[in-house]
Amino acid sequence: MGTQLLKISAAPGVEYEIEVWQSGSGPDLLFLHGAGGLLRDDPFLAALARHFRVSAPLLPGYGTSTGDVHLRDMLDFSLLGYDIWDALKLHRPLVVGHSMGGMIAAEMAAIAPDRIDRLALLCPAGLWLDDHPVTDIFTALPFELPSLLLHDPELNGALLSAGGDFDDPEFLTGFMVENSRRLTTAGKLLFPVPDRGLANRMYRIRARTEVLWGKSDRLIPPEYAREFARLMPNASARLFDEAGHMLPYEQTDAVVAALLNLHN
Amino acid sequence: MKFTWFNLMPWPHLPDNFREEYRSVWVDIPTSLYDPVRGHELYNVYLDELEYAESLGYDGIGVNEHHANAYGLMPSPNIMAAALARRTSKSALVVLGNSIALYNPPIRVAEEFAMLDVISGGRLVAGFPVGTSMDTNFCYGQIPGLTREKYAEAHELIRRAWKEDKPFAFNGRYTKLRYANCWPKPIQNPPPIFIPGGGSLETYDFCIENDYVYCYLSYSGYKRAKQLMDGYWQRVEDAGKDMSPYRAGFAQTIVVAQSDAEAERDYRQHIDYFYNRCLHVYPGFADAPGYRTIKTLKANVTSQMTRAAVGDVSSMSWDQLVNQGYVIAGSPDTVVEKMKEMITGLRVGNIFCLIHVGDMPKDKCMRSTRLFAEEVMPRLRNMWPEHADDDRFWIHPVTQSARAEAPSIVGG
Repeated sequence: MGTQLLKISAAPGVEYEIEVWQSGSGPDLLFLHGAGGLLRDDPFLAALARHFRVSAPLLPGYGTSTGDVHLRDMLDFSLLGYDIWDALKLHRPLVVGHSMGGMIAAEMAAIAPDRIDRLALLCPAGLWLDDHPVTDIFTALPFELPSLLLHDPELNGALLSAGGDFDDPEFLTGFMVENSRRLTTAGKLLFPVPDRGLANRMYRIRARTEVLWGKSDRLIPPEYAREFARLMPNASARLFDEAGHMLPYEQTDAVVAALLNLHN
Repeated sequence: MKFTWFNLMPWPHLPDNFREEYRSVWVDIPTSLYDPVRGHELYNVYLDELEYAESLGYDGIGVNEHHANAYGLMPSPNIMAAALARRTSKSALVVLGNSIALYNPPIRVAEEFAMLDVISGGRLVAGFPVGTSMDTNFCYGQIPGLTREKYAEAHELIRRAWKEDKPFAFNGRYTKLRYANCWPKPIQNPPPIFIPGGGSLETYDFCIENDYVYCYLSYSGYKRAKQLMDGYWQRVEDAGKDMSPYRAGFAQTIVVAQSDAEAERDYRQHIDYFYNRCLHVYPGFADAPGYRTIKTLKANVTSQMTRAAVGDVSSMSWDQLVNQGYVIAGSPDTVVEKMKEMITGLRVGNIFCLIHVGDMPKDKCMRSTRLFAEEVMPRLRNMWPEHADDDRFWIHPVTQSARAEAPSIVGG
């Protein structure tokens, strides 16, 4: 278990340094994080690593990864995903994406459908339904995040702040700086409306796909689960009790079981 | 010194309980608070005030661009400038400015600014703001992390469109034009270019490299602006440029009466309306992630983002606003003294005078405007005698003989 720094040279003058968290042994699993990035001592990844060889790259703007100025649109993100995959020499990984990471994973599966056999989308972004607008994460104040992202902000609130206090100005400044870096990258896919045309391309996805959603998701309402499943030829949707947008962290065991089931 | 009389054009009918009932004066304020019939009168009053300022000898009259903003009712400043171009003949038309990343394609700005410059006989001052996060990102949907790159490309296109004398192909990342061809061309080529900035080194350098005027448009007054402007001048000096005060501009709220007591009596409620009602902006709109550089962000306190701060609707008093320099208020003597402190302290040759404030009615606005013009401006005119001949940063209109005959020109 540990992290490595992957150097990726794309076009001339386009260089990325990608921090990749890796742990476990077994079949390959590629995890693409959401707009909030990985959590400290990420408990979901730790649980996955008991069954899979998990590789979780941090996008530019997250952790120590660099190269965010080269990322502008959906295609840039999707191709970077494959560049990372190739650099890591992953073998037919189970591809799992949470939130924004689910949007990228679905896009990757749509542009190169032969490469992905199994796909899991956990509360993914990427679609827009007028009757069920996605909450604007870009105007949310830090202290509002727990109630927006969690089924039980009281019990699980410390997950997001790693134990810090959003009412403490010093902690808040540090959080705001890191959060601004993260959402600068995320904004390229999600601002102001998180729709970059994925719906037009999802018919191409051939992977066996599970769409998993928290019933209490207040960021991207669970109505989107059915829409995702409807747009893919080989997908089913499943909703989980007592989970919000941070589904994999609030229902870790159940989600890991669902992924094992998908893999087998 | 160059004095520009500026009108933000606020909506003066926000309810008394506005801050308690609405989270923001900007972005998501419902239009049920706006009344177009009252708005008809208001626009005309505001334009009257700008024309009146010209008649009193202000060097410039100024308008700006905001969107979904109840204290700034000019989504299109060029429409206001066009109205003023036909009704005035001497003042610079200071359009501060067009948020060039928002125009699609941005050659539209080159064209409209050229039209304004030609109609007015070479009186345009062209402002190119990045725009606030509220306007640019939240109201106009620009991706925060790409806004500055798009701005830089728009700037390149506009400058080139003014310069080239035949069509050219422009292959930008955000704008592709097979035939970029700006008709008409401006009389002043280029017009003086003013850039609003908020303290980033990138904007300092952009102005210094291009000889653009760096403008700090804050509402918090000259005392709080010292550090930011010192940073700018240090950068000018480091770059080996001359230290002409006309490289810089500053916006200041100013109200003038016969005495200090009269100023408080007559203007206090309008100052209160502006500072304690119009500036009520939801902190979640203030800074879309990616709009500011990380370096700038680290330097700024984020205490307004706490739960306690969001619920706080405490007001700033007249005494606080005046003592801390947010507002320069008082008799002509008092105002002259404070203006001198500001002009020398910030080393600025351009002042954007925010004399219409909040819900100030026309008669009071005109009185304050006149007192400033007649009893303050003349005593500040020669603050920079060693730079008296520096005309690089101001308009160069056509000569009187070349000026069009226009019967409606006031005093033309």
